[in-house]
Amino acid sequence: MDVRGKRLTLDEFMNTELSVKHYPEMEYNWATGVAITKFLKGLKNGKILGTYCNDCDRTVCPPRMFCEECFNPMNHYVKLPDTGVINTFSLAFIRTDATRREKAEIPAVIDIDGTSISPSGFLHLIDEDVSHDKIKIGMKVKAVWKDEKDRIGDITDIKFFELLEDD
Amino acid sequence: MSSKKVGMVSVGLTRFNRRSKETPKELAYYSSKMALDEAGITRKDLDGVIIGSAPDAFDGVHQKHEYLTDGSGGFNKPTMRGYVGGGTGVFSPIQGWYSVASGVHDVVMVTTEEKMSSIQPSAQAGFLTIFDNLIERPLGPNLVWIFALEMKRYMETYGIPKEHIASVSVKNKGNAIDHPSAMLGKNFTLDEVLNSEILCDPVRLLDISPVADGAVSFVMMTEEKIKEFGISKDDVAWVDGVGWNVDTTMWTNRDLSYPKYVEKAAKQAYNMAGQKDHSPEVLRKWLSFAEPYDPFNYKELHHLEGLQLFAKGEAPKAAFDGVTARDGDFPVTPSGGLLGVGNPIAAAAGMKSAELYLQLTGKAGKRQLSGDVTRGLAQAWGDLMQVGTVLILKGGRVD
Ligand SMILES: [Zn+2]
Repeated sequence: MDVRGKRLTLDEFMNTELSVKHYPEMEYNWATGVAITKFLKGLKNGKILGTYCNDCDRTVCPPRMFCEECFNPMNHYVKLPDTGVINTFSLAFIRTDATRREKAEIPAVIDIDGTSISPSGFLHLIDEDVSHDKIKIGMKVKAVWKDEKDRIGDITDIKFFELLEDD
Repeated sequence: MSSKKVGMVSVGLTRFNRRSKETPKELAYYSSKMALDEAGITRKDLDGVIIGSAPDAFDGVHQKHEYLTDGSGGFNKPTMRGYVGGGTGVFSPIQGWYSVASGVHDVVMVTTEEKMSSIQPSAQAGFLTIFDNLIERPLGPNLVWIFALEMKRYMETYGIPKEHIASVSVKNKGNAIDHPSAMLGKNFTLDEVLNSEILCDPVRLLDISPVADGAVSFVMMTEEKIKEFGISKDDVAWVDGVGWNVDTTMWTNRDLSYPKYVEKAAKQAYNMAGQKDHSPEVLRKWLSFAEPYDPFNYKELHHLEGLQLFAKGEAPKAAFDGVTARDGDFPVTPSGGLLGVGNPIAAAAGMKSAELYLQLTGKAGKRQLSGDVTRGLAQAWGDLMQVGTVLILKGGRVD
């Protein structure tokens, strides 16, 4: 099979072959909607909110305006504890742009206590100063909040989650 | 279901390169022209064109299907684009199937294309746009994060050793040596994979497929047209089953150890093909081989389980034991996959769909499976870990 397509080296691609460069600057302003606005306002006040579906008898987090299962409105907001369980985690040595980090960030999915399906939680970070040998799936964690004056109604109002296990 | 029988009669592929000189449209031209030539037909024989391409962010060209139209043979013809992220390369031939099966068109070109080298300094910046914009992007995620999180959960749930997962990289990158489009065909040792650079534990560099530029095309048509053009049944692969399914973007509310949406897509395809028994042993006899989506090594295993081809948690050991080798009991990814041939997103799964055709018509060259190759399955996956697309083809002389 005779396949075509000319392979370029990085140097040819960036420097010696002809190319056209473009540096777009785009800015977005996203309305946070009905349910996530309540969630983010909750975070500003140091609270984690979920929603309860009457028809499905389940509490979920993050909250939503409608239940994707029964497709009815989900307008009963519930205050949940700021504790949960590590569903999964990673030691991340690369940044968003794929450049390398010396010290790992620890992204994790946190199942929030008081929800009634598992997993039911959100993406966040674990304290990056924790010893890598110590952290395990299934461990209990608790939110570490920014000072009240610094909270703006953003997912980063929680600085990270810390391990609750005894040493 | 009353629908027309649809045959794939040719494929066309470009080389997969880390950086190609050609524009996306020129790559699409290479693969589309090759598919037409292989089928022995011309552009004027096409009734419609289907274009598959993933996020516009990689090219920096908006509405990429309109841009790609003439390169895909679609000038002044009915064209459409399907886009389900990484699932696109299997979804596009599904769209080709329903365009013909429905009677809307008799002959279609399906072209999948991706050029990922344009975005600077890396494709990662384009991937950021798939994360939830309100509560995930402010955390500064990287695409590899979600794979690492899913892989970790999968390993933990079933107690899977990393060696078993790493063996998929060794197998697929080795298989790719025999693929003419491949960019990373090489015999790696298990230790080289296990000790490659750590990116996001447990994911290391050789657990991941390389980003690429490339295009893959297919010609599909009705049985009547196949006769009219005088195409031999030996050069045809019939569409036997199709399925697709999508979960929500709320991936943190999902069981990460098992892809339920892949199960649903697979069962749709098996049932359409008349295969009602979905037990792994029966399905592995019914199918000659499979090409599940392997952007990361663990995904091939995760998908084999979702496809019901192995019981939950059992695919990794089978791979490690050689069951899924090209000469094993149930060959998986004889093409070399995304891990070895390369990952130009929509075209990557297009290459997997093309492998079904090439194996079923005995045109896979050095990769040709031994024995009777009667039926194959390709599966792809994409968006925010939420889409499953499944295509089953059978040989031209199989009833
Ligand atoms: Zn409900």
